[in-house]
Amino acid sequence: MALTTLIYDGTFEGLLSAVYEVYAHHLQLVKLHTGEWHNSALFENVITVTTDETRAARVLKGLKERVSHIGIQRLYAAHLAGIAGEDINLLGYMRYAFDSPVNIEEDYGNKYVTRVSELVRMVRREKHRMEAFVRFQQLTDGTFYAGVEPDFNVLPLLIRHFKSRYADQKWMIYDIKRKYGVYYDLHDTQFVEMDFADLNKPNSVVAAFAEDESVYQHLWKNYFNSVNIASRKNTKLHVRHIPKRYWKHLTEKI
Amino acid sequence: MNEERITEKLNILADAAKYDVSCASSGSKRKNENKGLGNASNGICHSYTEDGRCVSLLKILLTNHCIFDCAYCVSRKNNDIKRAAFTVQEVVDLTINFYRRNYIEGLFLSSGIFKNADYTMERLVRVAKKLRTEHNFNGYIHLKSIPGASDELMNEAGLYADRLSVNLEMPTEAGLKLLAPDKNQQDMIKPMGYLRNAIIKHSEEKKLFKKAPQFAPAGQSTQMIIGATPENDNVVLHSANYFYKNFKLKRVYYSGYVPVLADNRLPALNTAVPMVRENRLYQADWLMRFYGFKVNEIVNNAQPHLDLDIDPKLGWAIRNMQAFPVDINKSDLQLILRVPGIGLLSAQKIVSARKFGKLNWDHLKKMGVSLNRAKYFVTCNSNEFERRDLTGNNIKQFILATSQSKYLKNTQTQLNLF
Ligand code: SF4
Repeated sequence: MALTTLIYDGTFEGLLSAVYEVYAHHLQLVKLHTGEWHNSALFENVITVTTDETRAARVLKGLKERVSHIGIQRLYAAHLAGIAGEDINLLGYMRYAFDSPVNIEEDYGNKYVTRVSELVRMVRREKHRMEAFVRFQQLTDGTFYAGVEPDFNVLPLLIRHFKSRYADQKWMIYDIKRKYGVYYDLHDTQFVEMDFADLNKPNSVVAAFAEDESVYQHLWKNYFNSVNIASRKNTKLHVRHIPKRYWKHLTEKI
Repeated sequence: MNEERITEKLNILADAAKYDVSCASSGSKRKNENKGLGNASNGICHSYTEDGRCVSLLKILLTNHCIFDCAYCVSRKNNDIKRAAFTVQEVVDLTINFYRRNYIEGLFLSSGIFKNADYTMERLVRVAKKLRTEHNFNGYIHLKSIPGASDELMNEAGLYADRLSVNLEMPTEAGLKLLAPDKNQQDMIKPMGYLRNAIIKHSEEKKLFKKAPQFAPAGQSTQMIIGATPENDNVVLHSANYFYKNFKLKRVYYSGYVPVLADNRLPALNTAVPMVRENRLYQADWLMRFYGFKVNEIVNNAQPHLDLDIDPKLGWAIRNMQAFPVDINKSDLQLILRVPGIGLLSAQKIVSARKFGKLNWDHLKKMGVSLNRAKYFVTCNSNEFERRDLTGNNIKQFILATSQSKYLKNTQTQLNLF
């Protein structure tokens, strides 16, 4: 069977458009490739996928008939995380869903279903970690600012949680790795990009912090140290719960 | 704010509160509907102590002054330690400011008893009331009720707190008499009974009228110290079971006694904290609450101690080899849940996935089953299975030999094993 390489733009819509091509051309074996195609070997079957809203919407509509609302959210979350090389598994999942007469979401014997559930678990875990490990610092204008460096791109998945929890304070969570943030202005949230180099290092902008900020940071560190029970020390467990790469943004660990 | 003074108070009053092990901040569904601050939902661990315990709440005492003299407690009257007391406003400010920075899920407030039970309880309630009514705070509040506090105060506490707890302290009345001569088990059981009734009544009203007030929506819990008195696991777990059944408790916490005082009624100061035993008790507790085990199946007069080498589920399995092997592709969920190495989540996955086709070892492994243990107890769609006629003891030895470190050195307290 011939192998066809689908070149797409790496977006979720692009991925859905690729699914469209699979069915339009009755493709069997496929490979996904993001961005430009440089290898011009003659025998390759290559299709450049145009990311097309209507096609993507059609695929999504078809998918909704076969997979639950939650299932689609999970696919989206798995894609959003941007883990390299995983879109092919999402494509496999969608094909399996389309080709099967019954709902396949719980078929954990299938490799695509299993992989998607693993991906979702990885993304969820990172989301939960961020919900736990965000540490806001109050700035002079009253905004609460936090810098984060999550393993996956989970900022969009965090909005709901932080918006409903901190409804009465302005806040910003900034992904230093991916260079964008979410800002909440007491009404709505918006994505922001800015040259924020200074705020990456929590201690380099002391002047921008509210008066009481260092007091509460200090109190929190004190609290963290006093609740420790030395006779029960268990460093392995501690590091398993808070891997070291998160420490630099945790007030109590700085 | 006098930073130095507050810091000192916080150090003293957090240090004194840390031996209360309950940290859960889940089980409440308080929403942020008033565009105020916070909500309470699934309970997040915002940090972990160096001993690996979850830090979810600001857990402090209002004061460590106390008129009682419980032998196991650092705050007891005759202990020569520094004393401190927060004002109501100080606790409120700390809670709000920690919460806004995403350090915590809420407050766990407890206290030594000053003057008398009601006087103390009234202060605790005032903190909760202020947070809710003046600061629009919807985060989690756990109040520890003072034994002997009046029904009126318990009622008010329930209206503002998410969870209330009355600590039993010792698994039996005799243990309590010995170590806490000022306390009386009735003073603990009475408010627990009051809370049980009030919680049931309010949740029924809530079903009828959406607007009915919430009352301790995360229920009530209790704590027992283990290892300070000689009660065995059979007594401890039967006592826990009794309180789960009769008082509709959400959780029973087991706190391995940390030697804090030299007293001939207590284990010596150099005694190790019984961490493995504590861990086994939590595992047993999980089996009772989520895995459909009866307390008698886990411990009984013939089997009064939990095996420290292996978890209680494996313990049950090797004592009951006649129940195995379980056919993964046919057996009821209830039976699959009893297989060592299969957790709640994997059991559910198995039952869902087998509708699509027969499952083999590879499938089980992908679903997170620990084959190292499960393989002795199940058959699946494969010709390979344990054919030797092994006794329970053989299996225990095999499993211990392949996972020595994990079993013997495991010291987790809040766990998700099996
Ligand atoms: S009443 Fe509570 S604080 Fe006072 S000594 Fe007993 S356990 Fe400690």
